[in-house]
Amino acid sequence: MTARLYAIVIATLVAALLLGSSAAYAIAPEQMPTPQLEARYLALIHGFRCMQCQDESLADSPVNLAADMRRQIRDMLLAGKSDQQIRDFMVSRYGYFILFKPPFVPKTAWLWLTPGVLLLVGVIAALRVIRQRAAIAATDLEDNDLTDV
Amino acid sequence: MSRWRFIIPLAVFALLVVVLAIGIEQSPEKDLIPSPLIGKPAPDFSLPSLTDPGQRVSSAQLRGHWYLFNVWGTWCGSCRMEHPMLLQIKHSGLIPLVGLDWKDDRGDALSFLKEKGDPYESIAVDQDGSEAIMWGVYGAPETFLVNPQGIVVYKFIGPITEQAWAQQILPRLPMSQAPAAAAGS
Repeated sequence: MTARLYAIVIATLVAALLLGSSAAYAIAPEQMPTPQLEARYLALIHGFRCMQCQDESLADSPVNLAADMRRQIRDMLLAGKSDQQIRDFMVSRYGYFILFKPPFVPKTAWLWLTPGVLLLVGVIAALRVIRQRAAIAATDLEDNDLTDV
Repeated sequence: MSRWRFIIPLAVFALLVVVLAIGIEQSPEKDLIPSPLIGKPAPDFSLPSLTDPGQRVSSAQLRGHWYLFNVWGTWCGSCRMEHPMLLQIKHSGLIPLVGLDWKDDRGDALSFLKEKGDPYESIAVDQDGSEAIMWGVYGAPETFLVNPQGIVVYKFIGPITEQAWAQQILPRLPMSQAPAAAAGS
């Protein structure tokens, strides 16, 4: 199984080298009828996780399931569905895990808010340290002034 | 007050240790992605039957009774491993198995069932893999427990073992609770 996967990956790389050009994709993107649809298609497939390989996007994954899901997305685009409808469909089947960028919902709020909270704590701590140092420096200055006089 | 200030970074560090420990503790389960279909209606489908291509297997026919919806394929090694357990479930007579033959070769599937036995009440064919996406399947075997109202009650990922059947699936069946309730009254 793993050996076969390696063989596929190596074959893909060799093919990409031989073909020279479109080496940016592990998978040749399916053609869409208009450039607008093509752009939306590419943006969508880069935003979904391949559920079998998990750290790859649907755009980059060579597995069969990813190909099936790309076809599903293409069919929905051709049927006139909006990007949001397609994202909602995917989430309704596979959960938020399929989105590389998690949405802001109660369950994920901590994920989005924690960096802000940590930043705030850091800024407050930094301000306090700066003020303390300024106060020490000020008293030092006063002392110097006194000795100077 | 300032004497105790050194506690703050220590407390933050301890908190971090706890959070990371929980993360590591749960990481073996990260392979099992919870299904958003639990508690929601199972997808409606009407697909050709594997055993009788003239017939269709549909969710409408399955309304009104409990069933296990088992996604499999002859190309899938874990499904072959699971197969004897499926036969055992069939023989228990507790719940019918409905198969979804996922992106399989029809001839392979039929000869496999002929040789090893057919545990399914009916088998729907998903030739191009689109039905599996409707169910949020990401690997075979996967098994969904569906109630008479057509609601997905539980999803089991991976081959059903004897232990999984006894501990995860059986307790969720209403018929397994009925005798206990009768004994209690």
